[in-house]
Amino acid sequence: MSPIKSLEDLKRVREEALEKRRVKANSGEIQIIVGMGTTGIAAGARETMKAILDTIEKDSLTGIIVTQTGGFGLDANEPIIQVIVGDQPKVTYGKVTAEVARQIMKEHVVGGKVVQEYVIQA
Amino acid sequence: MTGETIDKQTVMNAVEKAVQRYGASRDELIPILNDVNRSLGYIPAEAIEEISKLLKVSRSQLFTVASFYHMLSTKPRGKHVIQFCESAPCHVAGGREVWVTLKDTLKLESGETSPDGLWTLITTSCLGVCGVGPVILVDDDIYGNVTPDQIAGILARYH
Amino acid sequence: MKYYRSHVLVSVDPECVKRGAHEILDALQDELVAEGLIDEVQVLETSRIGDPAQGPDMMVYPEGTHYIGLTANDIPYIVKEHFLKGRVAAKFVAPEKAAVESELSAPTIKEIRVVLRNCGKIDPENIEEYIAEDGYMALAKVLTDCTPDQVIDMVMRSGLRGRGGAGFPTAKKWSLARDAVLPEKYIICNADEGDPGAFMNRLVLESDPHSVVEGMIIAAYAIGAVRGYIYCRAEYPIAVRTLNLAIRQARSMGLLGDNILGTNFSFDLEVRMGAGAFVCGEETALMSSIEGKRGEPRPRPPFPAVKGLWGRPTNINNVETYANVPQIILKGPEWFASMGTEKSKGTKTFALAGDVSHTGLIEVPFGISLREIVYDVGGGIKDGKGFKAIQTGGPMGGCLPAQFLDLPVDYETLGQAGSIMGSGGMIIMDDETCMVDIARFFMEFTQDESCGKCTPCRVGTRRILEILERICAGKGKHGDIETLEMLCKEIKTTSLCGLGQGAPNPVESTLKHFRHEYEAHIYEKRCPAKVCKSLIRYEISPEACTGCTVCARNCPVTAITGERRHAHIINPDTCIRCGICMQVCNFNAISIK
Repeated sequence: MSPIKSLEDLKRVREEALEKRRVKANSGEIQIIVGMGTTGIAAGARETMKAILDTIEKDSLTGIIVTQTGGFGLDANEPIIQVIVGDQPKVTYGKVTAEVARQIMKEHVVGGKVVQEYVIQA
Repeated sequence: MTGETIDKQTVMNAVEKAVQRYGASRDELIPILNDVNRSLGYIPAEAIEEISKLLKVSRSQLFTVASFYHMLSTKPRGKHVIQFCESAPCHVAGGREVWVTLKDTLKLESGETSPDGLWTLITTSCLGVCGVGPVILVDDDIYGNVTPDQIAGILARYH
Repeated sequence: MKYYRSHVLVSVDPECVKRGAHEILDALQDELVAEGLIDEVQVLETSRIGDPAQGPDMMVYPEGTHYIGLTANDIPYIVKEHFLKGRVAAKFVAPEKAAVESELSAPTIKEIRVVLRNCGKIDPENIEEYIAEDGYMALAKVLTDCTPDQVIDMVMRSGLRGRGGAGFPTAKKWSLARDAVLPEKYIICNADEGDPGAFMNRLVLESDPHSVVEGMIIAAYAIGAVRGYIYCRAEYPIAVRTLNLAIRQARSMGLLGDNILGTNFSFDLEVRMGAGAFVCGEETALMSSIEGKRGEPRPRPPFPAVKGLWGRPTNINNVETYANVPQIILKGPEWFASMGTEKSKGTKTFALAGDVSHTGLIEVPFGISLREIVYDVGGGIKDGKGFKAIQTGGPMGGCLPAQFLDLPVDYETLGQAGSIMGSGGMIIMDDETCMVDIARFFMEFTQDESCGKCTPCRVGTRRILEILERICAGKGKHGDIETLEMLCKEIKTTSLCGLGQGAPNPVESTLKHFRHEYEAHIYEKRCPAKVCKSLIRYEISPEACTGCTVCARNCPVTAITGERRHAHIINPDTCIRCGICMQVCNFNAISIK
């Protein structure tokens, strides 16, 4: 990363970052975001993450980006993941154990149907 | 590890590495002690002596600092350190039962190390994951929403 | 500080003022003086209590009596009835609030996320994500457009107060450090969030570290600091890692280090880890710890702003305070000051823990009531149980019972109610909680964390703990309550730092609001919540017992005897009160007495 030397530089970096987001949203790729703060990890987010990555590998899924974020402040619902399909609104799931993650992968990520049972407000 | 004394060379290496990382300055004492504690599991007397030489701080001063902080130990600890969060939110959420089960399963009281040197059981101050309490920490792995019947399964991962 | 037995909060909502709230205030003042009660009853103004259409109204604490539809002429009667005769002036009492169900269906008070706005929304390990959310724009604005004095002025106008607990005006702190004469000033972020049950800072550090870094750079510019430290607890390894990464990224982009953003302002930052000592959250102890010493507090003055880290002028703020700063600069101090109450502006993060449905973090404007926090935002008590108490302010806070639920939350009101704001931990307790056990629990904590410097704190907390342990073990005796009260007062008045001064709060507040529970333990040898093991007995109902023997077979100490198909009996002397028999009984024949 090159140093930011002025306000104009900073604005340019911001535009680039926003552009990257737009490209991501328009690419039709599916984003899966896993909350990996301490609370998420304590509630089992590592197993959740592993289940997601395993499913992608096992079923040779493509067009999926898995990223992480910190905590949401919704501890009672950890582990939490979010799924964004293209430019559709973000869906937040709570209490996503490894098993639930596999279900979400199958029904939502591949099948395109939101798994209502685990949807939470965020 | 209990039962085995760490050989002097290992201690020296750990101290040297920590001092190199932070610099031989009094201000860096706590980061250095933290590092040594982490790599050896505790701070042996030889380490105190060596740090004292390198930082030009008296041993008694080093001891008063090392004994002040809960996370620094001057006594050997087991291969796996189990930390139980003893704070109120975990207590209210059922921590008492988890604590009793931990003590019964390990046959240890707080602060004790098992005769085979495998486990040390200690309590810790709040780990800040109260939303998923009760919480225990085994080495660096954190477990939330722990119930007494999960204890055996969690411990089995470290055998 | 003066102690009042009662507090009267009169609503000065504009509508209530129109209806004569000021006349009520005057009448109260006159009547209390006339009856000689003015030193016992404190009159305060508050924002809206109930429906202003039924105003003027007022709330009397600790009873939590809500009087409505008042005129100045009614006041002498109410004062006589309530404060002299000790009975409620029934004809002015507001009808009971409708049942909990209707409260739950009431429109949910929306959280306002300022400090937590990016938490769970951005990848904390990628600085570009923060920049995409207008990150570092406030810094750019400050460095290119504002003098340090203008920055301090903006913070002043926002009304921001320290979020670490004491609520000291942030701008005031900054100008003290700015005006200090010694060169080479430091800035510290107190991220030693040690209060059990408080984890607001951890979430911010792990999920949006750059907001703290940016806030610190702005503060450094305002006071003229050359170097900064974030003192983070070692119990937060992920926060430490995320922060270090954030600092490295900021440095590589020229946002930290020499000539920030191409200007001639230079500043750098590093993370210091604690090593597990609660008292290091106290600012002077924290500085000792950064200097590599035992983290013991030192007397103030001199204040850190004059003589702090290594004897240099130092500004210390908490994580949440710094995280608010970029938003104040970007959106303007007026925006910030439009949220909250008269004296407490903006929002506050709280950590909800304990027996509440939605544990976790919330961020709400100051002035919201405890009831709204517990029921609307927190979703009420878990498993449909009843509310018993809320402990605010961490281990040095107090336990408040149900009659305080309508208290508007800000620094002043919580203090008046006998608790504190603290850093924002809230532990909610259901009706199966034993308050003596809770007090014992908190004392165990402070006793353990006392650094040992002041004798009243070191020895006094131990004495209190011994007495509480005895009471919980069923060995309480006459005079214990009085001894506890005396010890609390002594420790409070003779300790050097906040830990000792606040340590007795949990005991004092439970003694005040739940005295009957102490009395039941001591005089009746009974734990009303059925928690203290020495004071409970397991009994088998001979009617319900079928003699199936499952309890006897599962009892670890063979305390249960009886023949097959005949009622069994538990021997209380052998029984260890483990509760296994109750769990395994298929006929609900075993109960706790």
